[in-house]
Amino acid sequence: MILEKLKEIIADHTGEEADTITAETALADLGIDSLTTVEILMDIEDEYGVALQAGEIGKTVGDLIAKIEEAKQ
Amino acid sequence: MGFQISGTGSAFPKKVLTNEDLSRMVDTNDEWIMTRVGVSSRHIATEESTADLATEAARKALEEAGVTPAELDLIITATITPDAVCPTVAGTVQQRLGASCPAFDISSACSGFLFALETTNGFFASGKVKKALVIGAERISKILDWEDRSTCVIFGDGAGAAVLTEGNGYLCSELMTAGGDSVIKIPGFGGTSPFSTLEPEKPVIFMEGQETFKFAVNALVDHIVSMCGKLGIEPAALDHIVPHQANIRIIQMAARKLKLPLEKFVTDIETVGNTAAASVPIALDDLNRSGRLQKGDLVAMTAFGGGLSSGGCILRW
Repeated sequence: MILEKLKEIIADHTGEEADTITAETALADLGIDSLTTVEILMDIEDEYGVALQAGEIGKTVGDLIAKIEEAKQ
Repeated sequence: MGFQISGTGSAFPKKVLTNEDLSRMVDTNDEWIMTRVGVSSRHIATEESTADLATEAARKALEEAGVTPAELDLIITATITPDAVCPTVAGTVQQRLGASCPAFDISSACSGFLFALETTNGFFASGKVKKALVIGAERISKILDWEDRSTCVIFGDGAGAAVLTEGNGYLCSELMTAGGDSVIKIPGFGGTSPFSTLEPEKPVIFMEGQETFKFAVNALVDHIVSMCGKLGIEPAALDHIVPHQANIRIIQMAARKLKLPLEKFVTDIETVGNTAAASVPIALDDLNRSGRLQKGDLVAMTAFGGGLSSGGCILRW
């Protein structure tokens, strides 16, 4: 499931506890700067084989999941 | 016949510019620079020229190698900040050292030193060269936009040099260029021709940060994996990796992707900054003089940057 994997990836790059991250969590609240965004997108690319642009990831973790699902099709 | 590295050296300008100093020039602070780039201080040239730094680094490398300038068959300097279009930095170094061999500069931005090593390897292979001096030297401060906080905090000035002698230490190498100016661009002096219809551009570094970061991590990882594959070894078998010191986050991300401990990577960016073509030979000298390098060690070097370009090699020390 994408959410579980994504929680792991985000936790890895931000130092947040994975358990505290939900689909509703705003990416801005995770203290994600521009380089962290790229780091997370590179891990997503490795995991799902989809290349997302930093400008199109949306506002929440849920938005990001929707983008990954859309790109996978 | 190939080559081995018999001596290394590095040199820096006297002036040290700290993050605290920078915070008084542009809207930035130590915490921001340390977390996003990993630089705490860097050397910035005042009176020192690129050739001054190159010559000092070269003298140290020659001393360690026990090679005299008169014995040199070739001098190559990799730089994107020569003091003049003509004469070359290498030519000035040759004159100051009192050498008499051919000397020229090459340019491939931050990958320049790797391109210079590969070029020199060709001279060894042809038998025309038995002792060579390869230098990476930059006075990068002169092409920085000192009002752009996203770039001026990253870089530093300096030079690194290596003396190459006949041997079989250069086991494997790769060079890559993907030409284009959309990610990294440094316009040159436009000239004063009354006939020119080209718009003059500001001769400072432009970098698209996120694209540069992605390219850099992938280049570092791909070169290591590919070169190790050619040698039939696992990346874990490398004793040391000397990466271009562009940004600590690039090195950390690459280490994660390669599943290697950060300790395998030489990192001196905290007090040196990104010195472009000088970065790899400075880091190699840092490793060499730290006492951590043992004869027989496998050392990988990789660089990436403007061009876009990248390169790598694996040495048996």
